Amino acid sequence: MERPLEPDPVDTGVGKRQKTPIFSIGSRLQAVFLLFTNTMLIYLNEKKIEIENNIGLYSLRQRYKADADVLIVNGHPSMIDLKLNEGDHVIMIKRGEQPTPKEIESLMVARHTPVVQKQIKQGRIGIAGVGGLGSQVAVALARIGIGQLNIVDFDVVEPSNLNRQQFFIDQIGLPKVTALRDNLQRINPSLTIKSYHEKVTPNNIKDFFADIDILVEAFDDASEKAMLTNCFLKDFPQKFLVAASGIAGFETSNSIKTTKVTDHFFICGDGVTAAEPGRGLMAPRVGIVAHHQANAVLRLLLNESPE
Amino acid sequence: MKKMIKLKINGENKEYQDELTIQQLLQSLNLEPDRVVVELNREILSLQIHDKTKLKSGDTIELVQFVGGG
Repeated sequence: MERPLEPDPVDTGVGKRQKTPIFSIGSRLQAVFLLFTNTMLIYLNEKKIEIENNIGLYSLRQRYKADADVLIVNGHPSMIDLKLNEGDHVIMIKRGEQPTPKEIESLMVARHTPVVQKQIKQGRIGIAGVGGLGSQVAVALARIGIGQLNIVDFDVVEPSNLNRQQFFIDQIGLPKVTALRDNLQRINPSLTIKSYHEKVTPNNIKDFFADIDILVEAFDDASEKAMLTNCFLKDFPQKFLVAASGIAGFETSNSIKTTKVTDHFFICGDGVTAAEPGRGLMAPRVGIVAHHQANAVLRLLLNESPE
Repeated sequence: MKKMIKLKINGENKEYQDELTIQQLLQSLNLEPDRVVVELNREILSLQIHDKTKLKSGDTIELVQFVGGG
């Protein structure tokens, strides 16, 4: 599938940027039109462009991103010049250069489709507790481009957390919400994060979660889980709650489910496997439940039932 | 005088021989009140009123008991 070419003789390294017009007519019409021309459509950094037939990879780089040092064609890094074909996907990267928030956004739109991405971007999600469950839910939601996360936790990062929580060894001792905020910003700089280094009580729930649509219950202690669920569903009967119960050990993955309790209350986990001496919390199974929760949130945002 | 009451608990029909409160129901099911979420006829019921809330025939109850780990 590799199509080597002689190195491009006009690779002068001088940036002659010249943009080809992009036709805004439907892609079928465009395809018919292209039959009568000597141009083709390819995807450059996920954007559709029209370009002359059989252009070489290095010529394309010269024209669009002369300083790119990593070239990926249809998912494979290419070390040599190639002849490009209709429909090829080309990614050009300059090492160390970070895409702007707008570029990241357009990459997500290309991956997720515009309608889905708009609904994700509008999502405002609360996460109560950012330990094993909450930190992983937060990372998953940040990666898909969620609009806003309100994260609340009174705890600091301890060495024993690192077997399952999304923190790094150099963050030990930091408040979990501070460490997580830093990590989330590295993943998605457009994410709005409200972080609260506080303990959630029946009296302050409204301070943290009044402006969110869906709350993720990610506490550790069973009675705290019940307290939060009771208070939140009573305070905000129109909002959604995605809770977790039964996540410990290394029992089978397949006992973990997302269950609908009521129209606004969903619970993820196996329902019975408590953390206790001899049966600890470990990244794989905690991660499965966290991602059940994150997917339940995503499905709610897209008007699908989570179960 | 004892009267039979019929309840729907987590989707299953159950019959009890006598009137009972939420607190007594949780006790009979070996559930720990402070780890449980109780929804009675689609309304969340606070822990503080478990002992004052009497169940009557036709009530629908959803019970969730949490286990620890997060």
